[in-house]
Amino acid sequence: MIEAKNISKFFGDNRVLKDVSVEFDRGKTNLIIGQSGSGKTVLMKCLVGLFEVDKGQVIFDDRNFSEMSFNKRKIIRKEIGMLFQGGALFDSLTVEENVIFPLSIFTKQTIDEKRERANFCLKRVNLKNVNNLYPSELSGGMKKRVAIARAIAMNPKYLFCDEPNSGLDPITSGVIDDLIKEITEEYQITTIINTHDMNSVIKIGDKIAFIHDGELWWKGTKHEVLKTSNKELNDFIFATELTKKLIPK
Amino acid sequence: MIYHLGKYILLMLQVFRKPEKGKVFRKQLFIEFQNLGVDSIGIVAIISVFMGAVVAIQTAYNIDSPLIPLTMVGFTTRQSIILEFSPTIISLILAGKVGSRIASEIGTMRVTEQIDALEIMGINPANYLILPKITAAMLINPIIIILSMGFGLFGGWLVSIVTNLFTSQTYIEGLQSWFDGYSVFYALIKTVFFAFIITSVSGYQGYDTKGGALEVGRASTKAVVWSSILIILFNLILTQLLLS
Repeated sequence: MIEAKNISKFFGDNRVLKDVSVEFDRGKTNLIIGQSGSGKTVLMKCLVGLFEVDKGQVIFDDRNFSEMSFNKRKIIRKEIGMLFQGGALFDSLTVEENVIFPLSIFTKQTIDEKRERANFCLKRVNLKNVNNLYPSELSGGMKKRVAIARAIAMNPKYLFCDEPNSGLDPITSGVIDDLIKEITEEYQITTIINTHDMNSVIKIGDKIAFIHDGELWWKGTKHEVLKTSNKELNDFIFATELTKKLIPK
Repeated sequence: MIYHLGKYILLMLQVFRKPEKGKVFRKQLFIEFQNLGVDSIGIVAIISVFMGAVVAIQTAYNIDSPLIPLTMVGFTTRQSIILEFSPTIISLILAGKVGSRIASEIGTMRVTEQIDALEIMGINPANYLILPKITAAMLINPIIIILSMGFGLFGGWLVSIVTNLFTSQTYIEGLQSWFDGYSVFYALIKTVFFAFIITSVSGYQGYDTKGGALEVGRASTKAVVWSSILIILFNLILTQLLLS
């Protein structure tokens, strides 16, 4: 489980996060939703330590991440997998080398063992015969899948996904959502997904936190989200013609 | 200026740490030997040969007095190449070629979140990305500069073959006159300093990139400009320290 306790983050005088407290459960897909600029990416970057919180704490299974030194954080970071919006695959490495990369740094596995693990992870994300391709030779959806394979290579306890569906067509988005959900349940990972894709919310949102103007505005499940009377959340959810049809009568 | 100096020093403190895994560092080091060193030999060779030839021709044209022997052509070419052209001018050229490459490579990694990905994995990105580049350049640039010296002197000799300004024999005799090994040592000391400046300043500019493609281009330009200015400045300081 990951807990954010009263997190605040400032950029100059601009307070981007305002005392956000939220818990993310193990084995569940925890979604952070909100409009662009609401602070959800900042929240995720605070959770993984890419931004230092100005106030509050981030706790990974009773371990206070915010107060740890760089070296102590390494132990937790080895347990984290992250899927970036653009994939963030290393351009100079092949698909297989990308997946092997964290294993090469942190394990003493032989090259055959690492290859075996890479093949397993690539097969798990339904990719075949791509080992020797470079990221520039892959489609957007394939890049995301390779990024997931790299993220799970070290058997992470925590998986962070920053807008996993951005730039993807609805079918590929669905495939990526299903994959994240399956992996989360299969390996009992604490998964946190940053998204503003309502299909993902309805399909895989076990727990949902709605961030509005840097504050935690609402939290609940995918079943509750469609029935909420929260005005800002309703404006966000039912903003498209498609979701307007889901408005409960 | 002071703000950037402080950030540069903090970055260097991150860079000069024990690498996560020696085997991975060695692999990166050999990749950088290729990228920063071997790939630069072609351009260095071409420029050095032509500059050596030009220095030899200009010296020969400027010797009007019969009291000055033509062996001075070889001597002057050698001194110009060893003392200044190879260590300083070639380093300035490498600042353009290698510096822009480093800044754009690291800058692109920054804006495409590849550096964030390294950090999340628990890797020190500054150490992983910049240390092999600095180490490789400081080791391989002296070799490149020695090659440049050889190519430059060869360029001067080619002039004696294709023109009748002076003979091959007088040129070689001039090359061998009043040779002081310390001048090569001085040139190599400068080269090592310049290699550090090029790679660390360019690494900093790339690492500090924020934004997108436009900022990567700006970082690349800044890397070349600042590396060049610092090379010129440290050239003066080192010359004063080592030759006075």
